[in-house]
Amino acid sequence: MLTNTSNSYGWIAIAFHWLSALAVFGLFALGYWMVDLDYYSSWYKEAPHLHKSIGLLLALLTLARIGWKIKQTTPKGIGAKWEIAAAHFTHLALYLLLLSIFLTGYLISTADGRGIDVFNWFTLPSSGEWVEHQEDIAGDIHRWLAYTVIGLAILHAAAAIKHHVISKDNTLKRMLTPTINEDEE
Amino acid sequence: MKKTLIAASLLAFTSGFANAADYVIDTKGAHASINFKVKHLGYSWLTGRFDDFSGTFSYDPAHPEASKISVTIDPESVNSNHAERDKHIRSGDFLDVSKYTNASFTSTKIEDLGDGKLKVYGDFTLHGTTKPIVINAEKIGEGDDPWGGYRAGFSGTTSFEMADYGLKMNMGTVEMTLHIEGIKQ
Repeated sequence: MLTNTSNSYGWIAIAFHWLSALAVFGLFALGYWMVDLDYYSSWYKEAPHLHKSIGLLLALLTLARIGWKIKQTTPKGIGAKWEIAAAHFTHLALYLLLLSIFLTGYLISTADGRGIDVFNWFTLPSSGEWVEHQEDIAGDIHRWLAYTVIGLAILHAAAAIKHHVISKDNTLKRMLTPTINEDEE
Repeated sequence: MKKTLIAASLLAFTSGFANAADYVIDTKGAHASINFKVKHLGYSWLTGRFDDFSGTFSYDPAHPEASKISVTIDPESVNSNHAERDKHIRSGDFLDVSKYTNASFTSTKIEDLGDGKLKVYGDFTLHGTTKPIVINAEKIGEGDDPWGGYRAGFSGTTSFEMADYGLKMNMGTVEMTLHIEGIKQ
């Protein structure tokens, strides 16, 4: 039940997936909102602090998730050959985009040697300035990759809904609970 | 005989003006700085500077009022010792440096107040806006340097309102402190 099988996701993979989904959309909304906050807003300091703290914890979660994914069997794809190929490509792209967003976010805030406080719990140290105007370059990339990941995540969700409603297969359901019946088609 | 005397004295007079020496501001050796300070919440001063600028001046100690100075500043080089803040200052909320790539000061008139004190009138361009400002300047010293050159140095202060230059965010008055050392050409 905790681990994957050849046609079912285990609870751990399911938890990783939905926790990430929640964090990704939450971070996007928070990020989109906080950059236009007024200087005198009471959220001006708190919102970026939350964004960075949650973002770095999601980075840790994602690394653990990738480690788990590598060790686990991946359930077989459902649908036409091209659908399976497109799904694989999308999943890979989502992982790469997330990792790039974590990295660029880190590079914005650490460009001047300052570390990042994660919930006043620990400080992730800076790795210094790698390129001139790192905070500007990393900031632009961070923003565009964030738009891209949200676009791709919406496509990913739309595909899951298509499988559920039109193809009437198990694609969405097996990401909600592990399939108990192992030989279910 | 009389005519040649007049001609000679005229020549002496004009060559007296020609004694105004040209100086290049020693940005290469970093013996010059353009510093600013802005009040933070009205509770303290936040200081910063522009790291990249260049300029020249002409100066004749016998005729300080005939002096001239012009300086160009790269607004992208703003440095307040905090990457995230510098990113913000470069953004459209403040200097919008991708749009306004140049800032400059050119003197239009210099008033000699005696005792090494000068009033430098000129046009200051920032954020695509040019306005007259006055720099209260003071000569610090001049003379031979130990390496075969000749130097003259000045300090000055001035101030302007962010709102006057059309900056989107308005943090009030910017106080500028300038230190320049020129090397005689």
